[in-house]
Amino acid sequence: MAKLILSMETTMLKEIPLTKERTTIGRKPHNDIQIDNLAISGEHAVVITILNDSFLEDLGSTNGTFVNGQSVKKHFLKNGDTIELGKYRLKFVSELPQQTSNADFEKTMILRPGAAHKPAAEPSAAAPAAQVVQPAATTPVAPAAAAPVAPSAPTPAHLSTSPGMAATPSAGAPAAAPALPLGAIQLLSGGNVGKEMELTKTLTTLGKPGVQVAVIARRPHGYFITHVEGTTFPVVNGKTLDAQAHQLADHDVIELAGIKMEFFLKN
Amino acid sequence: MDMSAVLDIVTRSDPGMVRSNNEDAVMANPLRGFAVLADGMGGYNAGEVASGMATALLGSELDKAFVEREPSSMDGSGKSWAHVTLEAEMIRVNAAIYQAAQSQPQYAGMGTTLVVAVFHDNRVTVGHIGDSRLYRMRGEDFQQITRDHSLLQEQIDSGLITPEQARHSQNKNLVTRAVGVDPEVLPEIHDHAVLPGDVYLFCSDGLNDMVDDEEIGMTLGALAANLELCAMQLIQMANDNGGRDNVSVILVKVKGEYPAARGWWARFLAWFK
Repeated sequence: MAKLILSMETTMLKEIPLTKERTTIGRKPHNDIQIDNLAISGEHAVVITILNDSFLEDLGSTNGTFVNGQSVKKHFLKNGDTIELGKYRLKFVSELPQQTSNADFEKTMILRPGAAHKPAAEPSAAAPAAQVVQPAATTPVAPAAAAPVAPSAPTPAHLSTSPGMAATPSAGAPAAAPALPLGAIQLLSGGNVGKEMELTKTLTTLGKPGVQVAVIARRPHGYFITHVEGTTFPVVNGKTLDAQAHQLADHDVIELAGIKMEFFLKN
Repeated sequence: MDMSAVLDIVTRSDPGMVRSNNEDAVMANPLRGFAVLADGMGGYNAGEVASGMATALLGSELDKAFVEREPSSMDGSGKSWAHVTLEAEMIRVNAAIYQAAQSQPQYAGMGTTLVVAVFHDNRVTVGHIGDSRLYRMRGEDFQQITRDHSLLQEQIDSGLITPEQARHSQNKNLVTRAVGVDPEVLPEIHDHAVLPGDVYLFCSDGLNDMVDDEEIGMTLGALAANLELCAMQLIQMANDNGGRDNVSVILVKVKGEYPAARGWWARFLAWFK
């Protein structure tokens, strides 16, 4: 369940869970979040929530709506975004700590008509406790985790498919953990002798297509060379490799398609 | 027609780094020239049952259908036998899984996505339901050729969010169509022309959620000469990036042309097959 935390200067004023499809913000009393201040327009902005995503829209306010310092008309809210209206701040929080077990990450679920109108939806009837989703009426499944930032009312359950302790689940960060030093290849023979090539990409192919090709894969725990095609296999430090991936060590000498090269780690 | 001379096919499936069981299922029939990938969901581990049923049923029904008649033969409506069969069989699989889900409490709510492709007459007929994908690498050009049946895709199509915003969405993995969750289902079926050299990649979201399209395309480009290695590498990349879901791939490389037999003599002979 995403929420907004309203504050002014350093004082936290209140926490508003985003349970409805439209959460209005403004000076007039009918707003869901009423901010009684002349710098705020009668109807200043609205947060539209579709299942687990929220969008902020400025409703033509006099003084404007800002997110992280930038003036916006319509903005797709990301966890941690700070909405600024006059002197007030609304922090958007969309990730709850330890809401569900790891295994529920990335679970594919069927979207039912009408589900977009309420956060709770229920794809299957007889699923046991392992399922995240429950009908709105019953108490939520929230496992015995440390009490999440306590809402006073029981939290309606929601279709959480990627509650995030981890940051963005995909955005395939191809590069390895920062700990992995950068590898490089230096040619020791052939026409381009002396030339150096840094292994920044996840995969770097070497050799002559159709004759002999090997690939060096950059993985979180090191660089690995694997034979791709050709009748001859790569030779590392004088030993011919088999079909398996072989981890490269600093200063290994590789022989491939008649060219000798050295693998080394930079700094 | 024996398609195994023209197509190289590799299938591979992995539970990933987080899940204890694998609810994806993959199968291929190189002789008849088709392959099926299914990503099961719902219930408590019953996703495995749903995806298993889908690949088994489609595997056997499509095989029978294409022995009986060439996939490219046309019927009165102008649709190929491949197209007509895919549609009918996907609907039939949906009914079977739906029935099973209704009949057993432990299967309640189970369903699966589906991507199935039949190669015939220098083209491929592709049917899909859900968010498992088919991509094509042609030369340097890598693109997704199925459109996800997902909430995110519909939001992108209606201009509500951009593809970049979709990457940060918390509404990932919500499909708008699935097999076995409703008594009726609407498969999406298209024909695409095929050129020798094309490489097709079927994958479950365990791959494209962990590895971005650019990396996937680059891997296909680098390793198309060795499909087994390519499949292993794709799965390894998904796992290295977290492997938060089961990950499955099917790779099909087209090595040459495969026109359907034409001319009265060829058709005459086909009667006697």
